[in-house]
Amino acid sequence: MAELSVETSFTSAVVDRTRALKRFALTDAFFRSLTRICAISVLVILGAIMFSLVEGSWLALSTFKLDFVTTEVWNPVTIKFGALSPIYGTLITSFLSMLIAVPLGLGIAIFLTELCPPLLRRPFGIAIELLAGIPSIIYGIWGLFVFAPFLQSHVQPFLIDAFADIPVLSSLFAGPPYGIGILTASLILVIMILPFIVAITRDVFETVPTVLRESAYGLGCTTWEVTRNVVLPFTRVGVIGGCMLALGRALGETMAITFVIGNAHRISGSILAPGTTISATIANEFAEAVGDVYFSALISLGLILFFITFIVLAIARYMLLRLERQAGN
Amino acid sequence: MATDVRNMTLYRRRAVRNRVYMGLSVAAAAIGLGWLAIILGTLLIKGLAGINLAVFTEMTPPPQAAGGLANAIVGSLIMTGLAVAIGTPIGTLAGTYMAEYGRYDKLTPVIRFINDILLSAPSIVIGLFIYEVLVTRMGHFSGLAGAVALAVIVLPVVVRTTEDMLLLVPNTLREAAAALGTPTWHIVMKVGYRAARAGIITGVLLAVARVTGETAPLLFTALNNQFWSTNLNAPMPSLPVVIFQFALSPYENWRELAWTGALLITFAVLSLSILARVLSSKSGGER
Repeated sequence: MAELSVETSFTSAVVDRTRALKRFALTDAFFRSLTRICAISVLVILGAIMFSLVEGSWLALSTFKLDFVTTEVWNPVTIKFGALSPIYGTLITSFLSMLIAVPLGLGIAIFLTELCPPLLRRPFGIAIELLAGIPSIIYGIWGLFVFAPFLQSHVQPFLIDAFADIPVLSSLFAGPPYGIGILTASLILVIMILPFIVAITRDVFETVPTVLRESAYGLGCTTWEVTRNVVLPFTRVGVIGGCMLALGRALGETMAITFVIGNAHRISGSILAPGTTISATIANEFAEAVGDVYFSALISLGLILFFITFIVLAIARYMLLRLERQAGN
Repeated sequence: MATDVRNMTLYRRRAVRNRVYMGLSVAAAAIGLGWLAIILGTLLIKGLAGINLAVFTEMTPPPQAAGGLANAIVGSLIMTGLAVAIGTPIGTLAGTYMAEYGRYDKLTPVIRFINDILLSAPSIVIGLFIYEVLVTRMGHFSGLAGAVALAVIVLPVVVRTTEDMLLLVPNTLREAAAALGTPTWHIVMKVGYRAARAGIITGVLLAVARVTGETAPLLFTALNNQFWSTNLNAPMPSLPVVIFQFALSPYENWRELAWTGALLITFAVLSLSILARVLSSKSGGER
């Protein structure tokens, strides 16, 4: 009798156990597929972004074909759209800002890793990282109300006068000092991407093994020689990757530029002249656009922007990934 | 003797070159930090001048009249809250897959790569995307579309930090739990999430900081609204868009409010990032 009850409780325990295991397996399969679906949704979102941009831009691109990227006319009244001037503006502002921001950023990173007193290193680093998070509209409003008037009254007249007699530079710095324009936008971009470049290059510089650095110092190298011949060659890939990441941000930057670029659909040889960029054009005109072709032309601009930044960011990520692997080995 | 002199000149040249470059480096630091200090200083001076109770209690005014930013602040809070409510669960689960179930899945590096691209994709393009997908379909601008656009920005930030933080959890903890017969989902819940909690919350805070100042994706999704609106199916005001509109206007009172709004946003973003930093340093998960 007693034996029998042990037997039944034993079998019922086995049944319970199997049931529990089954329940566990079921929940696990459910949770696994749930997380997998969410992970795949990231891919789906990117695919959907591409698809919707291509779909939306189809009308304009099939209407204007190659003219869309080779002509400069942007006329909503006659429904003629050419994206050359926004594309030019995007590329030139990004180029100018990188020209200034990269040396400046490298200088600050060298200062932080080699020269800065250890006591100040952390606060400076934190300050730079915090500044990277300040929204772009803040830089825009500062650029419009403080920086542009300052450039207009103090810097631009000086530039125009100084280069007036030099052949190439005189056309580069030609025209009345508007205050707003390509140069102002580029300078605002500099201050926006600077924290990015500094934060990444500093992190990358810190991956240099101390032994390498110390042996170079031990040979009697100066700080500059250590930086130039040991740190920079060792971190080249990472530094370039970081700069490309900053370039990706500069290309897509919208609000700060919209404030200070002047929104003029023309290509000017002078960098003091107003211009426009892809993102500024979209931000300014999209909500007021009328007509299917106009809409489609603006979405085509978005597609071009997405395409350019996608390539730049993909290269940047690839380079940083390579560095990570190198560090892992 | 001659070599001595040559060595000395070489030495001196190297020392001078070093001093020049290091001087340039210090100058770069001074320019960079000084520039940023000037921006924050101006913001503080111009913004503080307009701070008073009316900013938080009154609606955005018509030109040349007194008013505040209450509707814009509330609109921003609603859309940010909704964006986080949509983006966080999806992002956390996606990060969980990448770090726990699919750690050795071939798909995971692809997702990580695409996620990183999404992380730094121009936000205006995301605005265009949501316009195409939601606004044209609904037929009008709406707060919901704005929130979804922000959610698309929140998502990659959360995915990235969740994955990173779960990968930091020591594998021995998981193995210990598995040895007790715990099923994987239970290990994720009770070991993974618990150990990585502070890090994941940090990621969410950073995501909130990121979307707080986003303007571009809201311009043609949520648009703007002059009045008090909590209706998600109608255009909704937000602080960044109001700043954009007011700053570009010719009216003095609008411009003043724009500066005040800018100060509020900066303050919010900076305190969120500092809070995130404190949280992550407390948990010891330095990244």
